[in-house]
Amino acid sequence: MRDTTSLLPLIVRDLRLERDGRVLLDVPIARIQNRQRNVILGPNGAGKSLFLKTCHGLVPPTSGSIEFTRPASAADNRRKQAMVFQKPVMLRRSVRANFMHALAMAGVGWRERRRIATETMAQFGLSSLADMPARVLSGGEQQRLAIARAASLWPDLLFLDEPTSSLDPTASRQIEDMLEILHERGVTLVLTTHDLGLARRFADVILFFHNGRLVEESNAERFFTAPQTPEAKAFLEHRLFW
Amino acid sequence: MQQDAISTASILSLLLGDGGHFLGIIFLSLQVTITAVTCAGLVGLPLGAALALSRFPGRTVIIVLVNTMMGFPPVVAGLAIFLLLSRSGPLGDMGLLFTPKAMMIAQFVLVLPIIVALTRQTIEDLWTEYQDHLTSLGAGRLRSIPTLLWDARFSLVTTLLAGLGRASAEVGAILIVGGNIAGFTRTMTTSIALETSKGDLPLAMALGVVLMSLTLAINSLAYGISRVGARFSGKS
Repeated sequence: MRDTTSLLPLIVRDLRLERDGRVLLDVPIARIQNRQRNVILGPNGAGKSLFLKTCHGLVPPTSGSIEFTRPASAADNRRKQAMVFQKPVMLRRSVRANFMHALAMAGVGWRERRRIATETMAQFGLSSLADMPARVLSGGEQQRLAIARAASLWPDLLFLDEPTSSLDPTASRQIEDMLEILHERGVTLVLTTHDLGLARRFADVILFFHNGRLVEESNAERFFTAPQTPEAKAFLEHRLFW
Repeated sequence: MQQDAISTASILSLLLGDGGHFLGIIFLSLQVTITAVTCAGLVGLPLGAALALSRFPGRTVIIVLVNTMMGFPPVVAGLAIFLLLSRSGPLGDMGLLFTPKAMMIAQFVLVLPIIVALTRQTIEDLWTEYQDHLTSLGAGRLRSIPTLLWDARFSLVTTLLAGLGRASAEVGAILIVGGNIAGFTRTMTTSIALETSKGDLPLAMALGVVLMSLTLAINSLAYGISRVGARFSGKS
């Protein structure tokens, strides 16, 4: 069922995003490797979310290129990736209908849609909530729904913008477990977070941003034990800087 | 005092009694109003949504114009339709003047701006919230319209009921283009205007009671729907 040839790595070159003369993003080169857990770190306003949105194609860059390795049509590229936003977007429908809608937009037939929705809800422990209006769920449940909804599309590449922010430790843990399941499934994950604990446990690769620039891109273990740049060092030691 | 008693009795007899004539008036009113609002909804909901999502030069001007049209004086609308439909007017050959269809057209024209303007506002707010998600799913603006209309369904029903309220209470336009012909284009509001000036207060008051009850029903419905909607939008 699953396509084995991946689009990845995703290669970002000379990416610049400017608005009103201000440089919001400046990334000479970045690589999102296949099947890796990429974690983007950096202080507030470093351009982490913007980088995700730009890679996902929601924000057009001022200049530069974002290219998948295996060339495909824009629509195909879009179908192979998904994104979960910081504030999960919950349609004003039942939990099940939220899945059905996303699958319909991806062009999945009606019967298939029902099957995939039911399966995904069962896999991520959402079955008991299937008929609830999505917007009355708790913050943690909404985030789980948003991630499961993205997962139901079987993307190769999944972007997540601060998936555990404003969640209690239990809910954060559940999200982390879901991300592990997706990682085991072979999904390439790119997420931003302020939770250094999560980053330490979870990341394969760290992309460290500061003032819109990608300052350091390295193996997670090396990043946490021996950061190469003074900015990363200061960040890990919780020293204020801007 | 005596006159009051008579009035009350005659109102009751009209409300409860055989009055085929009386029911005919109510039926015609409902027919005209509901047809006009249904058509205005079919045109206005997609139009309002399209206006919310489109970006073109002059869009702001159109939005201001539509908003202004919400307060269009019914008698002026009536006059405009009258000129269009009159024998010597551009649409005179269709012979629509002084028919229920002319009244439907007049009310359609009055209700359409309300539906377009309110729909535009509702859909634009919802789009701000949904834009990233829908774009991420690969739905363009055009394909997003059905999703947005469905997710705004509770607000939009309220919008339609607002249109229904305006249409059912309106007298100026339909009086001009319908002509208030007994048994043919006489509605509740035009009858009330006529009977009051004739001095047949019981009939006017009976119709007033029915009209008020309908308005009450419409508003209760709108309130009930907004309560259900609040649940779906997670506000309750």
